[in-house]
Amino acid sequence: MEKVFFIIIASLSVAAALSVVAQRNTLYSAFSLIGLFGCLAVAYITLQAHLIAAIQVIVYAGAIMVLFVFVIMLLNIREEELRVDRNRLLIFSVPLGGLLFGLIYFGLKNFKIDEIKGAPVGTSEAIGQGLFSKYLLPFEVTSILILLAIVGSVVLARREKDGDIEDIEDDEQVVKVSMAEKSKVEETKE
Amino acid sequence: MVPLSWYLILSAILFTIGAVGVFLKRNVITIFMCIELMLNAVNLTLVAFSSFYKQVYGQLFVFIVMTVAAAEAGVGLALVISVFRNRETLDVDKSNILKL
Repeated sequence: MEKVFFIIIASLSVAAALSVVAQRNTLYSAFSLIGLFGCLAVAYITLQAHLIAAIQVIVYAGAIMVLFVFVIMLLNIREEELRVDRNRLLIFSVPLGGLLFGLIYFGLKNFKIDEIKGAPVGTSEAIGQGLFSKYLLPFEVTSILILLAIVGSVVLARREKDGDIEDIEDDEQVVKVSMAEKSKVEETKE
Repeated sequence: MVPLSWYLILSAILFTIGAVGVFLKRNVITIFMCIELMLNAVNLTLVAFSSFYKQVYGQLFVFIVMTVAAAEAGVGLALVISVFRNRETLDVDKSNILKL
């Protein structure tokens, strides 16, 4: 029963992954990727990693993919822009991918471990205790990484020609100020 | 109980599809999505080992990998916006010099 369920989940996720690569429209690729993340969250639940499954849905399918879809829609990509795919490289990349898969497969196919008894480890309590005791330093370094990413993305996505706009605004203000002064001068004259 | 090797093989398939996608696609956003796919394949391996060995540390590592993936997506998409604004294209072959 569990095996049947796993096969369904696995075939769904492989189909979604193939769809990510095969779709010509970037937006459809993004939606396929969201489906793949959902399937992987179910796979994490079958492995009794409940917190990781929840984070997978919230952070990956929720936050990161929303960012992707947002950028795809923001960029307003032209139709011909979507049709540039390197299908001429198909004859090289598919055998290369087969080779990669063969290497991983023959490394792993006979991998077996003895059944280890014990309670499931994926609870939020266990992960929280790990993160805030033994692995506190990597956790804090991760927060610094996030801070750097925020600053970096703000700097990179900033509009380069901000200076020009400010100059124009400055000029307008100068004109307004000078006009106000002129009117004052005229008022005093009167 | 599903054997560990099934999870590992599923992860290998997903990783291979992601790698082939990086070779095959030209659209930089799709390449980013293929990189996310490969990261997820590795996450699946880590969670599977963690669950079968009854050790929590693999899942802590997945936590950190997810954070790095989020940071990478943020900075990478900011770069994509910046390049698209200057070059009006998403084709990686057309922006192959490190210059805006």
